[in-house]
Amino acid sequence: MSGHVHRDDLGSRLGMWLFLVTEMVLFGGLFIGYSYMRYRYPAEFHHGGMELNATLGVINTLVLLTSSLTVVLSIVAVQRGEKQRAMALLGTTLGLGLTFLVIKGFEWSAKFHHGLYPNSAHLATLPPGEQVFFGLYFTMTGLHGVHVIAGLSVLSVMLWWVATDRIRQDRYIHLENSGLYWHLVDVIWIFLLPLFYLAA
Amino acid sequence: MSGTHATTPEPSYLVDTGTRTGVLAWLTTTDHKRIGLLYLYSMMTFFFVGVGIGLVMRLVQLTTFQKLITAQTYNALFTVHGVIMIFLFVVPGLPAIFGNFFLPILIGAKDVSFPRLNLASWYFFIAGAILAVLSLFTGGGAPDTGWTFYAPFSLKTGTNVSLAVFAAFVLGFSSMLTGINFITTIHRMRAPGMHWFRMPLMCWALYSTAWIQLLATPIVAITLLLVILERFFGIGIFDPAKGGDPLLYQHLFWIYSHPAVYIMILPAMGAISEILPTFAKRPIFGYKAIAFSSMSIAGVGSLVWAHHMFTSGMSGMALMIFSLLTMVVAVPSAIKVFNWVSTLYKGSIDFQPPLLFALTFIFLFCIGGLTGVMQGALAINVHIHDTYFIVGHFHYVMFGGTGMALFAALLYWFPKMFGKMYSKKAIYASWFPMFIGFNMLYFGMMILGMMGMPRRYYVHLPQFHTMHVIATVGSWLLVLGLVIFFATLLYATFKGEKAEDNPWGGVTLEWTIPSPPPLENFDVIPTITRGPYHFEQEEHR
Repeated sequence: MSGHVHRDDLGSRLGMWLFLVTEMVLFGGLFIGYSYMRYRYPAEFHHGGMELNATLGVINTLVLLTSSLTVVLSIVAVQRGEKQRAMALLGTTLGLGLTFLVIKGFEWSAKFHHGLYPNSAHLATLPPGEQVFFGLYFTMTGLHGVHVIAGLSVLSVMLWWVATDRIRQDRYIHLENSGLYWHLVDVIWIFLLPLFYLAA
Repeated sequence: MSGTHATTPEPSYLVDTGTRTGVLAWLTTTDHKRIGLLYLYSMMTFFFVGVGIGLVMRLVQLTTFQKLITAQTYNALFTVHGVIMIFLFVVPGLPAIFGNFFLPILIGAKDVSFPRLNLASWYFFIAGAILAVLSLFTGGGAPDTGWTFYAPFSLKTGTNVSLAVFAAFVLGFSSMLTGINFITTIHRMRAPGMHWFRMPLMCWALYSTAWIQLLATPIVAITLLLVILERFFGIGIFDPAKGGDPLLYQHLFWIYSHPAVYIMILPAMGAISEILPTFAKRPIFGYKAIAFSSMSIAGVGSLVWAHHMFTSGMSGMALMIFSLLTMVVAVPSAIKVFNWVSTLYKGSIDFQPPLLFALTFIFLFCIGGLTGVMQGALAINVHIHDTYFIVGHFHYVMFGGTGMALFAALLYWFPKMFGKMYSKKAIYASWFPMFIGFNMLYFGMMILGMMGMPRRYYVHLPQFHTMHVIATVGSWLLVLGLVIFFATLLYATFKGEKAEDNPWGGVTLEWTIPSPPPLENFDVIPTITRGPYHFEQEEHR
């Protein structure tokens, strides 16, 4: 399409929202599985939830929520033409996202340490409901973690684009869409927190 | 490009005008028409691989050939036949080929909303296809689970299910991205004056299809991902020993895969709704009824999935609700059929090859659809579940429906896409063996199913043999017809006569531009002042 540049910010945003719908449905499949299993094994899910560290879960929630705020602020900064501030805010977001992953990593390794991972010898001795609980826990937080990593990669590119002026005052749809994606990652976590950490 | 002089005609999209030429120009194109052709070529290749496998499977039922094919190979054959035909041909078929090529033209746009994403979708498609082919030769050998990958067998089998499932996952991505692209295009790119109810019905069909792609595909994506995780890490969600439930797999799988049936058939119905008015030379009967029935199929079709599981073990209440909903979903399909037939009534019928195949579609689809309603009845379902009746039924819908509609669409739009006309006589000649062979093969299967022949069996009892022979001979005729059909079209792309801009006297936007269309479709974006099927003849009446 040489010479013909088509630009439709509203269209791009619509496309992004549609993509977010597919992401929600993707997790929706897991939520269906979760609801069914929890209905089947209420007591086991209660016990499973007790094994998780709710404090760390809540701290991680705060970390992610704050990172969502900094993304929004960076968009506002770009709209106002404040490049340095936008870059600082995006950098903060990246830092917070990494913090989330580090905390998550500690949690997971603690679980592994206690032998609470799929197919482990210890897990096999627990009642079936708890085995499913941990299967779901690792699947859902793992898939969420993959989304965090994807979001961080996208936001790193955005940081680079802000630095090189590909994103600027009159052209920031990519940053906006990346922000939307980051909010989605955030929202999914807000559902995961009560379903697992507060299940007890 | 939009600023070129009005006096020199724009070069066709088939001519390389960019900096890249030849194959490279095609592989890096963002032109929706070229991407449509890329899909066409790749899908037709897979289609013929699938046909070949089907042919071999029929030969196995002539017991003399069982020396060549072992039972394990037979299991792999029906799995691969299903995977190729479903994921590489029927599901993406019409939307990816004709949706890409004609959606922007039908709504008066220069391209889709996201041309680069469109190309990326094709690469996802090809990547998925390559992975699917790789899964046949690597790991533990070709998967033998059937295309449905039912747990727990898919979790236990030593064959290469993980890679095949991952291939389907990647193909799902392609499908979803195309869906996003089409919805955005229809919302944002319609020409001035192209109101929702002035859109050709193909656009409505593609629009409802895109929504199903968007809302259903992620479910199968996560389900297949769970199969992979289960195989590698043993997370236990489908494993009863660990508290999981294999039935959950079936539910999740069909939550996608039943709506996927409508992904397959809706664009086919859209194409038929384009073809009939053109050859009846009158506006489609019941435009809004057809448009809304597409949307209601998309809606109700999402709520019938468990009719694939009537014998899997569900509560009586669930069985009855799903049985009822299954019968309800037949209503919008029937609305379409009645409207198509009414369109033909008192039309000035111009009998041409596309119309022949469109009528074949209606005939075969009715058989497929009505046998579908039969299976929705619980008592009958128990008798025919997992028999050849099911196989016959869905081939009537998938091949007799979507396949024939795809052929009809190909015949209808071929002159526009390539600027060449094919030999109509050769097409008529291909129709006879195709039609007769088709019915021998698949009606034969339905009779076999009624007699009690289970599907996916390597051997059969002596009382089924005669019918198996008839079906197998039918498969030869069918393939003969297919070969003549595609040889004719292939010949026409090279040696065909030059086609006129509007060989059928159609009135939708694609017939107002040259054949083949110029790179940017329209010199000037048209302004639309009336509905899509406006025939002058009709006005004079």
